[in-house]
Amino acid sequence: MSRIIDKTAAELAADIREGRLTSVEVTTAFLDRIAAVDGTVKAFLHVDRDGALATAAEVDAAVAAGEELGPLAGVPVAIKDVVVTKGLPTTAASKILEGWIPPYDATIVERIKAAKLPILGKTNMDEFAMGSSTEYSAYFKTLNPWDTGRIPGGSGGGSAAAVAAKMAPLAIGTDTGGSIRQPGAVTGTFGAKPTYGGNSRYGLIAFSSSLDTPGPVSRNALDGALLHEVISGHDPRDSTSIDAPVPPVVEAARLGATGDLSGVKLGVVKEFKEGADAAEPGVIAAYEAGIEQLVELGAEIVEVSCPSFTYALPTYYLIAPSEASSNLARYDGVRYGLRAGDDGKKSLEEVMSLTREAGFGPEVKRRIILGTYALSAGYVDAFYGKAQKVRTLIKQDFERAFEQVDALISPTTPFIAFEFGARTGDPYQMYLADLYTIPTNMYGGPGVSVPVGLSEGMPVGLQVMGPVLGDDITYRVAAALESTQDVLLADTAPEIEGI
Amino acid sequence: MSTISREEVAHLARLARLEVTDDELDAFAGQLDVILQSMKTLAEVDTDGVQPTSHAVPLVNVFREDQPQPSLPRDAVLAGGPDTAEDRFRVPRILDEEA
Repeated sequence: MSRIIDKTAAELAADIREGRLTSVEVTTAFLDRIAAVDGTVKAFLHVDRDGALATAAEVDAAVAAGEELGPLAGVPVAIKDVVVTKGLPTTAASKILEGWIPPYDATIVERIKAAKLPILGKTNMDEFAMGSSTEYSAYFKTLNPWDTGRIPGGSGGGSAAAVAAKMAPLAIGTDTGGSIRQPGAVTGTFGAKPTYGGNSRYGLIAFSSSLDTPGPVSRNALDGALLHEVISGHDPRDSTSIDAPVPPVVEAARLGATGDLSGVKLGVVKEFKEGADAAEPGVIAAYEAGIEQLVELGAEIVEVSCPSFTYALPTYYLIAPSEASSNLARYDGVRYGLRAGDDGKKSLEEVMSLTREAGFGPEVKRRIILGTYALSAGYVDAFYGKAQKVRTLIKQDFERAFEQVDALISPTTPFIAFEFGARTGDPYQMYLADLYTIPTNMYGGPGVSVPVGLSEGMPVGLQVMGPVLGDDITYRVAAALESTQDVLLADTAPEIEGI
Repeated sequence: MSTISREEVAHLARLARLEVTDDELDAFAGQLDVILQSMKTLAEVDTDGVQPTSHAVPLVNVFREDQPQPSLPRDAVLAGGPDTAEDRFRVPRILDEEA
């Protein structure tokens, strides 16, 4: 018998709308699941049982009254803790924001509330979204539901693990260099980084403003697309928000699910193949089996050259820390969060330095120092300026590629979920997790990760990258790949040890 | 040869208002060196005549109507601060001389 928590978000929404289940039953099932397994997985920093059930009760009353409801009304969602939620603690997994209760909602949270999705709570992450494993959360690490000795990816490991462990049917992530897609890949879930500017950044705690993009996390492409449409669209409060129609991602996911990709041209990046020594053989094998399935569905595979992709990683690690060092200057111990060392004698500057020393973890400090270096007089042209120019070349590589193909595909990340501690000693080894996801952020286009197979019993993700505002093609290809799986890969995760 | 010295890291930390410990300085200097070495590869790239990209989507001069809109309630904003007094954020002393 299928449990409530085994159903997809689309199925749950239909069950609620058509009266087979109430939203209170559905929401309670997920809250109970959280109570049962989150002691082990630790995906949540904060659970809002009362708030979630209150929204659920409103939905049930609306159903009873015969009101028209949105496509995901009553289906609960978890939200990454980098997104501000009015009245709910929001820390970005940093000690510097411990205890802060935001006085406003992010635009995407306003839209989630307007669409009546009960909010289950806030999910764990690497501090300020800097990391690939959740090991840099200032509170605790999240475990991978597939193997609790391994990382769930990062920065959005909490959102991915919550969905993988069926503690939430849907979650919100944010992606600056791969923080939605890489956790998706290593937990066997679906994750989409939408076109930059397609989703509002208002109320996202800023890391790298020219790259940060919120997006959906789910068990399949259709569920992700439904959430994508709830949160997307122009927002006058974000000056980088694009005033254009939302790409038809739900329609594209439904089209993809029919399993027909005839006429679709997919590009394989030559330089990624050449750099394949960075990817594990098991990842390559699962990815190549995925390509064969896409060909069977009618897709044509074309090799394209994107020479500047080779430089995407160092480019990112100049641009993102530079923007972060500026964005994180706001944590000064005055307006919110922590203040340390204020004994009535120390100066403002001393208190500021002590506050930031006490409140930030090691990766955040490293990146602030790196960004300060890249922006300092004498270096700014050689580092930050140079990186911005290489960013242009990466963008041009994408634009040229999309003259030849509809979308690009690659493995999402070079390796399966690694064991805790394996990459914290050498930050550069951690950074390699985002080797294949970073180019998309540099360009601004959409990218999704869809489960494609297993390696050593752990999930592998295939990435689909599309042109700016071409989010629909990425969903179509992902849904098509899912249609080849008898059982959705996300549904084959082993039961969590120790519960 | 390392690209960044312990002293430089200490200077950068001061500029960024981070009171880092000696242990952190030792660790960061080595780690940042590895990262900066990888960035040197960018010097290989020919970027003559290439315009920099500061933003993914080229939007310029985004304006809105200049109409008054409600702000957040003062009390709600002050509630987030570590120290407040008389409807303001209280800060440690700013000037060096004794008050």
